[in-house]
Parts: sequence; structure tokens; C-alpha cells
Amino acid sequence: MAPDHSAAGAISPWRLAWLIALKDLRIEARSRVVVYQVLPFAVIVMVMFGFALDDDGIAQRVAPGLIWLATLFSLLVVVQRSFAVEAADGALDALRVAGVDAVSIFLGKALAMAAQLVVLELVLFVTAVVLYGPRVRPGGLALLVVTWVLATIGLALVGTLYGGLTAGFTGRETLLPLLVLPVVAPVLIGATRAVESALGTTGAAVSEGWPWIGLLTVFAGAFGVGGSLAFGPLIDE
Amino acid sequence: MSIPPDDTDITTAGTSSAATRLLGTLAVVGVAWLVAFGLLFSPADRDQRESVRIMYVHVPSAWLAYLAFIVTAGASALYLFRAAHSLAWDRLAGASAEVGVVFMGITLLTGMLWGRLSWGVFWTWDARLTTTAFLFVTYVGYLAVRRLGGTHQQRARRSAAVALLGVLEIPLVHFSVRLWRNLHQESTVARPDGDVKMDGLMLFSLVVGLVAFTLLYVWLVIHRQRALVLEDAAEDHGLEQALSDRRAEAALPGGR
Amino acid sequence: MSPAPDPTTHPGGGLAVEFTDAVAIVGGFPVLAGANFHVRRGEIVLLHGPNGAGKTSLLRLCAGLLPLERGQGRVLGLDLVRQRADVRRRVGLLGHGNGLYVDLTVSENVAFWGATVGAGAGEIAAALVRMGLDGRLATVAVGRCSAGQKRRTALACLVVRRAELWLLDEPHASLDAAARDELDDLLRKAAAAGATVIVASHETERAAPLATRQLAVAGGLVVDDTPSPGVGRGT
Repeated sequence: MAPDHSAAGAISPWRLAWLIALKDLRIEARSRVVVYQVLPFAVIVMVMFGFALDDDGIAQRVAPGLIWLATLFSLLVVVQRSFAVEAADGALDALRVAGVDAVSIFLGKALAMAAQLVVLELVLFVTAVVLYGPRVRPGGLALLVVTWVLATIGLALVGTLYGGLTAGFTGRETLLPLLVLPVVAPVLIGATRAVESALGTTGAAVSEGWPWIGLLTVFAGAFGVGGSLAFGPLIDE
Repeated sequence: MSIPPDDTDITTAGTSSAATRLLGTLAVVGVAWLVAFGLLFSPADRDQRESVRIMYVHVPSAWLAYLAFIVTAGASALYLFRAAHSLAWDRLAGASAEVGVVFMGITLLTGMLWGRLSWGVFWTWDARLTTTAFLFVTYVGYLAVRRLGGTHQQRARRSAAVALLGVLEIPLVHFSVRLWRNLHQESTVARPDGDVKMDGLMLFSLVVGLVAFTLLYVWLVIHRQRALVLEDAAEDHGLEQALSDRRAEAALPGGR
Repeated sequence: MSPAPDPTTHPGGGLAVEFTDAVAIVGGFPVLAGANFHVRRGEIVLLHGPNGAGKTSLLRLCAGLLPLERGQGRVLGLDLVRQRADVRRRVGLLGHGNGLYVDLTVSENVAFWGATVGAGAGEIAAALVRMGLDGRLATVAVGRCSAGQKRRTALACLVVRRAELWLLDEPHASLDAAARDELDDLLRKAAAAGATVIVASHETERAAPLATRQLAVAGGLVVDDTPSPGVGRGT
């Protein structure tokens, strides 16, 4: 069992990120916390919106906004869960001692989070269709799917970033919403407008939605790069 | 100002110096000029009448809020990317953020007041006002992160990263709000300051305001930054005490 | 800044750990108040002392988890201030927490931690066998395991890391007698193969035979340094 590090340098950061993403998804597959706790929460939020708005016409019109709002609230919960998993038995420390690059931890956890959010948003969309009744235009389907994916990537990146900062210390978790929500405002604006165009709920044409995709792409790119650089200082002691 | 030596009595050390007294005097004079010109000498606007005078506080405050933001971001970058990782940059970033938050608050309040007086509405969703509101919230978050504790270097590193992420966020927010409001053709709906026809005296008063507020900002930041130096030094002195207490534990038989 | 030394050219000589007046601060409290100590490669060192003395902090400092506030520290020839990331890769820490994912099974945990250092399936299986975790236990979720089983799993994760410096915080706690003997055997073999081992423990009588040196820790300082009749590789 001679100490040997010839193999250690051979693990690429991408492979490490992938391992971490798979690990997080496997944990969710076992524990089903997002499925059994966060999904119902998100659906309840949508129902609550219905109560508060008390007007079918308005609700249908603003359905895209409601979907993304419910997604944002669920994001906060999913982020907390993602890092609670690490804090439970000192695993985040163990990851750092393992010499895993902060970038790998960041991208790996963001990837797993994005995968879970994508499923959550699908359920929210179906719920919105059921509760508020907007219809999907065939021409808008491509726009819908692209928005769905890009916005989710942006949200997962920001969530993971600030989740790492606020995780695991008492008196810090409450900081997460204050830090995350202002930062994801562009995603809320862009994704809602794009989905409105895709569904035609506000009379917008599908073509008006595509410029928002540019915004969402820039957002995801900016926080992909910026987050990778900032994550290390944020989680380090 | 460097860290005061150990024998400085932290409890009574002050933060003023000859330079700040001069600066403070100039700032007071500048503000007095601003009051004079803003309230008395400059003319009322044709359409908005006297309510245009809010502009002399609102615009300089906005200018200051953004200046403070740039200084915080720049100081954070200098802290992170220079090998020395000098805490002086971190303290400058913190001081500027604290002063900046206050001026952002003033900008928002005066903006709302002005809008109410001129147009009857406290709030419009235009890009500038909304971005300022977001800047305000982002800075509140930044100041909260500065309070998370740890050693000076830990605090500095963490806050610098958060400040630079803010630099990423604010243009994105501004751009997305602008794009959004263009949908509603709101850019042609005037903001109160967009409607003001500036004559010479009004412009001069505005410039007086900008200069006076900038002097005020510099004066406040210098004082606040020195106060932070003293706070950090007090913490370090406390640490020295804790260290000797800790070492004394070792001398006790069998530990504590 | 000296380049990282090549481990293969330091078979038995050289210092594994060297601290001079090390101060470390956690939450404003100086957990280490100027510790001086050194550990030679291949030694098994026991850190003992009362609760709150700073044993855990000393281990975390060696692992590169705590920043060195004052003083100098070198671990495995690397500077703790400037090369903290490189230090981390070469050490293995068994801390108070086990560093496990409670929803995953024992074998999945060991496989994950092994994969992060590039260990192959064979090594992972060997580590499981070594700690008695093959068989039924391998497919049990860690959350359902007893404290002793969790500890053994954490040790398997440590084994699979092939670290040059082993840092163990109260490793004997929650292990039964047979597992403790296994652990002692494991540590002796690791030291014999060239690794350095530092163990923090209350249970001096239990751990002393294992160690070549005992260091007493109190008040954030290392206050005593005595050789021990251990059978690990000595100086």
C-alpha cells in the first residue's frame, strides 16, 4: 500500500465534476427528498398563487411568471438540500482534503442541481397548464425547450455558488435568499418573457422570445465562468 | 493610516487628521453652496416648478452610489489579484460599500419623492431606478457577508468574491430591465429628470452638487475606513489577550 | 518557493510535518497558540491531551483545512501557506465526522472516494475487504449502519486514498476490540510502507503501544514530547 500519487494527477477536473454530479443524483435517487418534499411544495405554491390571484383570466395570462416564481422558491430549497448532504457528515471537508478542485465541486453540484430542476420545472409546467389553462403553440415548442434548459443552467449555477457560501454554518442559511434572488432576476425576466412568447399568453409572437435566449445564454456563460472562479474563495476557510 | 502600535489606547483613538479636517470643511462649504444654489438661486422648472429642486440631491446621490460601487469592486479586485492581499483594500471596499448603501437609499427615496411630486407615482419600472434598487439590495447582501465572521483575511477573501460577482450581476440586471421596459415602450415615458430643460444656472447648481457630494463621500470613506482599521486592531488586541490566556491553560496541571 | 518534492526520493528521511510557532484561529478563538512540533517520515505519533487542547485543530491544520494565521508550517515538504491545495491532495484525514454520504451504501461511498483519487475497482474492493466491509454490509446504506461500521467505512475511504500522511482523530472510539486490533495493524502496515501517521486520542493506554512518540497537547501548544515503546517504524 505504498503511497503513490501517479494516478491522482491523472483525474481530469471534468471527470471529477462528473463523478460529483453522479454522486449527487444517486443520493437523490436513494433519498427522493426532492421528489417527495420539494415537488409537492412547488405544486402547493402554484395552488396558492391561484388563491391569491382569484381570477382565471389573470392567472392564465401570468402563468409563465408564476411557473418561474415557483421555480425560484423551489431553487432555494433544493440548494439547501444539496449542501445539507455535504454538511451532514463532514463530506465537504472531505472533498476539500481529497484535493478536489473547487471548480469541479462547483460544476458537478450545479450539473446535478440543474438536472433535478429540469424535472421540477416540467412538473410545474404541467401543473400550470392544469390549473390555469394556457396552451402550447406548436411553433413555440422549440423556444419553450431552449428557455427551459438555459434558464435552469443559470439558476443552478447561481444557486450552487451562493449555496456553497451559506451552507453548513448556523446563522448563514438565512442569507441564501437575500443573495440569490437579486442575482437571478435577469433569469426571471428573460425566461418569463420567452415563455410568454412561446405560449402566446400576452399576445406576443414567438419571434419576440428569441432575443431573451441571448440574455439567458450570456447569463449562464457569465456565471459559469465567474462562479468557477469565485467558488473556491467562497467555500474555503 | 497604518495599524496603530500596541500602546495606542484603542478606546480613545480618533480618526481625524489635518487632511480630513480640511476635506470636511470643504465638503461642508460645498454642501452649503449646494443648498444656496439648489434652493434659492437656481430657477424653478417651467413644468415641474419647485419640485425640480429634488434633482440637486437625487442626481448627485445616484452618482455617488455608482461611484461607491465602482470603488468597492475595484478595491475588491485589488485585494484578490495582488499577491500581497493587503487588508487595506478590503477595508476600503467595506467603507465604500457602507457609505454607498446610504447614498443608494437616498437616491431611491428622493427618486420616489420626485416621481410622486412630478408624476403622481412613487415608482416606475424604468431601468435606472430598478437597477439602483437592485444595487441597494446587493450591497445589503454584501455587508451581511462581511459580518459572517472569521479572521480578517477570510472575511476579505469572501467579501471580495461576492463584490466581484455583483459586478457581474448589475449590468445583467440593468440590461434585462431595459430590454423588458422597451417592450412597453416606456423609454419614451419620461422620468422626472429626463424632462428638465437645463439652463445654465441649473447646470451649475447640479455640478456644485456633484462636487460637494464627492467631497462628502471621500471624507466619509476616509473616516469609515480608519474606523475599520481601529476595529480590526481592537480585534487583534483581543486576539493577543486570548492567545496569552490560551497559553496559560497549558501551564495548569493536567490542563483545564 | 521551493518546488514540491518528489515523494519517491524521500523514502525514509526528511520531516513529514514541521510547525514553528503555529497559530490558528477558529471563530475568533486561538485554537493553536504557537505550537512547535515536528514529525519525521515513517513515524507513528500519538497526540494526547484534554478536551479543547487543540488536538483536532492540529490535525486539521496538517490536512490543510485550517489556515495558518501566524508562524510557519511545512507538511510533506510543502509550505502550508502557499501550497495548501497541494498539501491536501497528499494527506488523508479521519476527522470527527466520517465524511460519508448517509444515503449511499458502504461500497458506493468507498467507490466514490476512491474514484476521486483514481483508484481502480480492484483497490476499492481490497479496501473493503481490509476493513471487513465486504459481504452483506457493502450494500447497506451508511445511514443505517452502526457507529462502528461507519467508522470502518471512513477508514476504508482513507485506505483507498493512498495518502502519504495519515491523520486520525479519535479513531478507536466506537470500534469494538477486534476492529481496534485491525486498525492498529492497518496503521503499522501503512507506516511500514512509508506513510507517516498522526493519531489524536484520549485513550493513551490503548494507543501508546502503537506509537513511536507521544506528544502532549494543551492550551493550543505542544507541551511534551516523549518517545514511546511502539512497534511502528521509529527514528
